[in-house]
Amino acid sequence: MSLVDQLLQYLLTGISVGLVYGLVGLGITIIFNATGIINFAQGEFVMLGGMIAVALVSIGLPLWTAVVLAVVAVMVVALLLERLAIRPLRGASVITLIIATIGASLVLQGGAKLIWGPEAVKLPAFSGETPIRIGGGGINPQRLWVMGVAALGVVGVQLFFKYTLIGKAMRACAINQAAARLAGISAAHMVRLSFAMSAVLAALGGVVLTPVALMQYSQGTHYTLTGFLAAVVGGLGSGLGAVLGGVMLGIVESLSAGFISSGYSKAIALVVALIVLWWRPEGLVRRRRP
Amino acid sequence: MKSATKKFVPVVTAVCLVGVVVLAFCLAGCPPKPQPTPPGPVPGAPTPAKPAPSGEPVKIGAIFSVTGPASPLGDPEKKTVELLVDQINENGGVLGRPLEVIVKDDKSEPTETVLATKDLIEGEEVVAVIGPSRTPTTMAIKDYCQEQEVPLVSCAAGKLITDPVVSYVFAVPQTNALAVQACFDYLDREGIDKVGFIYVANSYGEDGYNNAKAIAAEQGVELVAVETFGGEDTDMTAQLTKIKAANPEAIICWGTNPGPAIVCKNAQTLGIEVPILQSHGVANMKFIELAGDAANGIQLPAGRLIVYDQIAADDPQKEVLDKFAADYKAKYGNPPNTFAGHAYDALWITVKALEQAGEADRAKLRDAIEKTEGFVGTAGIFNYSPEDHNGLTADAFAWVEIVDGAWKLTE
Repeated sequence: MSLVDQLLQYLLTGISVGLVYGLVGLGITIIFNATGIINFAQGEFVMLGGMIAVALVSIGLPLWTAVVLAVVAVMVVALLLERLAIRPLRGASVITLIIATIGASLVLQGGAKLIWGPEAVKLPAFSGETPIRIGGGGINPQRLWVMGVAALGVVGVQLFFKYTLIGKAMRACAINQAAARLAGISAAHMVRLSFAMSAVLAALGGVVLTPVALMQYSQGTHYTLTGFLAAVVGGLGSGLGAVLGGVMLGIVESLSAGFISSGYSKAIALVVALIVLWWRPEGLVRRRRP
Repeated sequence: MKSATKKFVPVVTAVCLVGVVVLAFCLAGCPPKPQPTPPGPVPGAPTPAKPAPSGEPVKIGAIFSVTGPASPLGDPEKKTVELLVDQINENGGVLGRPLEVIVKDDKSEPTETVLATKDLIEGEEVVAVIGPSRTPTTMAIKDYCQEQEVPLVSCAAGKLITDPVVSYVFAVPQTNALAVQACFDYLDREGIDKVGFIYVANSYGEDGYNNAKAIAAEQGVELVAVETFGGEDTDMTAQLTKIKAANPEAIICWGTNPGPAIVCKNAQTLGIEVPILQSHGVANMKFIELAGDAANGIQLPAGRLIVYDQIAADDPQKEVLDKFAADYKAKYGNPPNTFAGHAYDALWITVKALEQAGEADRAKLRDAIEKTEGFVGTAGIFNYSPEDHNGLTADAFAWVEIVDGAWKLTE
């Protein structure tokens, strides 16, 4: 493989891995904007999306039905989480709520292990496994699905916030809850909606990832942490920033695994994240503060 | 809207309550209580060939990861022991007495392992302990068993268990060192001297890599690229791109599920055409399931148990493997995996040594285990000595290729 081919391969890998970080980061951002808390169970939604889809396919449902049902199921789980773990703590400090989400992530992880066991599972690929040759390397068609779904999710969310009434209402709540309430917007509804939306994004990510990256009950933590880092680097509160942050981390990881050492690639990504935060404490994308 | 939400609340609460109750039942039902195997033959059973065992049962302790992350290892191990104890007691027991194996679940935790071991040694006063299933749990009790002078026959493969040798601790699985040797024997046969190595960044992968480094230097094989991946990583394309660019003639991957399956998939995507060798850590059907089509063509060293139906009729292990696989399948419906085989080896070595020792005495049993010679087990033929408490050679591995999603013996 020539150097150009290698570089191309690293960039492709980095973008496809990074978009997933970004997708989780985006979900974290949406909930953060609506509630001010970091949802540490976000990665579990990714895991549940994949696991539920696998379970549904294994009982004989067609792939697409299973995908849709899995996404809906995860949305229901997220709404339950909001109802059972977040809403009863209304008025508690943000840190209490964050701890509640950590607890929820442990419950979801443990539950997944009880139901599906400790081993990894896989889903059939959506459109075959014949790799698409690019230069001296290639890409798995499923990775294109991952990139496509992530990109669609990101653009869709941006459009939703910009052009729909509910999207604007959610933004209003994020900017000033009291004022939004005076304008007749139910903050509680907006919070529920934010959980549902971020769960759908995460579950979609989990479902499209499972054929190529496999899924295991314990994998949620990995997605939470990378997604959180993406959101912070991107500028906590900015959806676009989370996605940019994720892609940046993915590319840095991939390039450093390729040109420096795979043993240090995660550490290098963290160092780059720290440098970004030191250079721009507000993150890559500056959020207009109200 | 508001009232609709209010109506919804009791329904949700009810659903959740039901969920919690179901979960509670599951939890209560899950940890299998260690049940002492009933000693002696069942009254009224058909007359056994040998005189029925009588007197006080001989007690052996067993510790397996029956639940927890390592349950794919511990569960078949426990089943194997239950199967064998029945067989042994139907055939006259051990030393003319019934055999009783007390199985404890360590829940895959070192702490639980220590508690279970103390209970077995000080409470039940067992004559020996077999298990635990994994290296971390074994290491947690290695020193304790040595201090208490209780023979321990471990089912875990870590090098630290028997290197350095301590007098009371033995192990039955093939080690990483032997598996790496088997891979390099393959390279030698094929005349390959440039290899890419990729391993999981944990003690299993590092042990494999350190062994490979040493053997490569001896054998004049060049490791042209060495890469690692994390246990939770979901894409190894970058590492494999780097390996591919170094133009190796073969790639060796050292890890356990699910990482190696992703390595195979990524390698297929990149169009890597050189042979890919995996470790014995993926010698299970789960790997083939996860890697799917990308598993085909993968070669690996594996214990003969997974290809018991393909080995030559004159293979010294043939009879043992056939019988064990048939018995296990008859009782549990599926063929035994490698870990079931480890429990088989550990229990039989202990029982045979008990017969040799002539009495249920810990020190005499230890001496007898160390003198085990030519014992035909599932992992290979065991020859213990004061310097070698693992007892196997590289012959313990068969060279297996995955063809059409199934294991195929290539020798």
